[in-house]
Amino acid sequence: MESILVLTHADESGAALTRASLEAVTAAFALSAQLSAPLTIGVLAVDSAAAAKSLPSTGAKVLAVSGEAFAQARYASDAAAVEALIRAASPTIVLAPGSSRITRIAAGVAHRVGGFVDTHITALGGTATVEATRWFYRQRVEAVVTRAARPWFLLLDAGTHQPFAAESATAPEIQAVAVDLPALRTVVNGFRAPAQDAQTIRPDAKLLFVAGAGWTKKQPDGQLHTDEASKLILGFLHSTSSSLGSSKSLVDQGGEGNSVLPFLTHLNQIGQTGATPRHAKGLSTCCHGEEPHVVGWRFIADRRAISLDPNCGWTRGKADVVYVADAFQVIAKLNALLEAKKA
Amino acid sequence: MANVFNIVVCAGIVPDPLQTLEPVTGPAGPGLKNEMVLPAVLDPWAASALYEAAHLAAQNPGSKLWLVSLGPKAKLQQVMMTVAQKVAFELVPIDGPIGGFPDAHSTAAVLAETIAALPGLDKSKLLLFGGWESATRGAGVTLQLTGEILGITDQFQGVDHIFVHDDGSFDVIERVEGGKHQASTCAGAPAVLGWATGNLAEPRNNPQVGMANMRTIMPALAKAKVAKLDANGLSYLSVSLPKQQRTTRVAKDLTPDQIAAELVEWIGAE
Repeated sequence: MESILVLTHADESGAALTRASLEAVTAAFALSAQLSAPLTIGVLAVDSAAAAKSLPSTGAKVLAVSGEAFAQARYASDAAAVEALIRAASPTIVLAPGSSRITRIAAGVAHRVGGFVDTHITALGGTATVEATRWFYRQRVEAVVTRAARPWFLLLDAGTHQPFAAESATAPEIQAVAVDLPALRTVVNGFRAPAQDAQTIRPDAKLLFVAGAGWTKKQPDGQLHTDEASKLILGFLHSTSSSLGSSKSLVDQGGEGNSVLPFLTHLNQIGQTGATPRHAKGLSTCCHGEEPHVVGWRFIADRRAISLDPNCGWTRGKADVVYVADAFQVIAKLNALLEAKKA
Repeated sequence: MANVFNIVVCAGIVPDPLQTLEPVTGPAGPGLKNEMVLPAVLDPWAASALYEAAHLAAQNPGSKLWLVSLGPKAKLQQVMMTVAQKVAFELVPIDGPIGGFPDAHSTAAVLAETIAALPGLDKSKLLLFGGWESATRGAGVTLQLTGEILGITDQFQGVDHIFVHDDGSFDVIERVEGGKHQASTCAGAPAVLGWATGNLAEPRNNPQVGMANMRTIMPALAKAKVAKLDANGLSYLSVSLPKQQRTTRVAKDLTPDQIAAELVEWIGAE
């Protein structure tokens, strides 16, 4: 018989569980019901009692590790904590959010407890056994896998389940788990992020706006218009609060000494060598829509593109609507309309 | 004072991103149609790791750089013809299966065994580099497993930059959620660094570096040990291409005003 442990961890505030953790809890309850398997919830936080308030009396046992060492994400301390939770719960299935914190340690911990790990799970199914769906070759091939070996760690991609919402306000009973910490050789100094108004990556945005290399190419007048491109793109982002993605070629131009959009970094990169974000809508501009770019759009539901090339990749079944037009002109008009609408 | 590092880069080979991929299932499990004849390249994020490693080795004289790569010998030889011209390294090839479907735990066990046996490797100076995810399996676990098997408990993933201090400690930034980096300071080697894009552009081809590398690469390929990878209970119930071909409306005759109006409506719609 299977038994399930779902791992959760606190967000940067330390006082609440991350959204991805709550999504994993939802998946764990569904899997627990499907397999008739007992469920344990594991909490990793500086103050687990505070963080676990979003898990009121669910009926599941709650195990927790707490302490200053777990205020920040670090391999040695987090791996020791999660190992202790797993040894305390002895699960056959471990579900966890595919967050940077858990992804950093899950494989190492799986090895320590003699288990196996599969990541980027987008769906769980099966009746008698667990069947996990994941993508290969950067979202180009989809597979359903199962494993006979246990314990089996399954890391869930963010956005694949609804976050768990408590139906009761009763605080859960938490069982503290002691952790034998190794010598810590790494100190976490904090986070680096662009200033709030300069942050262009917004995972919770409804719309993804992708800027391709065409923005920094010579325009019909034979000149570069990089400054104008910057203003248009930032104006659009400001009006719509959308998230900014870019193609590799555009980001790479900065490293090659070419005219660049100064707010773009490799973190904005979408596609074969970048991110595969989840947004309801996506608008591509000045990007030719070839496969290495489009694999990053796998989880964008509603896709539109603006391209001067009527035979670009987007027109070959990769976008819902393609506007054959000059993105400079369209985005200028679009920004004006959006500003007028706001006013 | 310069530090001396033993840098091992783990890097696989992947189909060129522009190739069309078609999964097929054979007696040995899933694979790609005509996989052995598809043009291959070094895994992109692992390639970033290789360039960063070479840069670090150059900044710290006396450091040594190995490139450990598991794949069919013939494909490794083909890819190395290009990679060898980029930076200087010693290739440690492992003749094994290609592709994203073999189990990561088995791959990691073979890599760790190979690295532990490298002649002259000083584990106290070891920096284990690689891509934070491959472009094949994309699981992001092989490097962590390899490090854990080797007993390395300082691990960083999604690394974009490191700065080494005179005392051997280093500052490192890792990608985390929401377009941010987590900044840490590690006391020094040994450590695992799974690289994202890094900061370095791809080096230009240098035929002299290529010729020097190939003098050791060809004998190494000839002596490559053969690895068989266990499935570890992993089985594939289905492997398929996504069926997401869309019916695209191509709007050729709209003015910028008309397109903008349509987009405003689309953006505002729930």
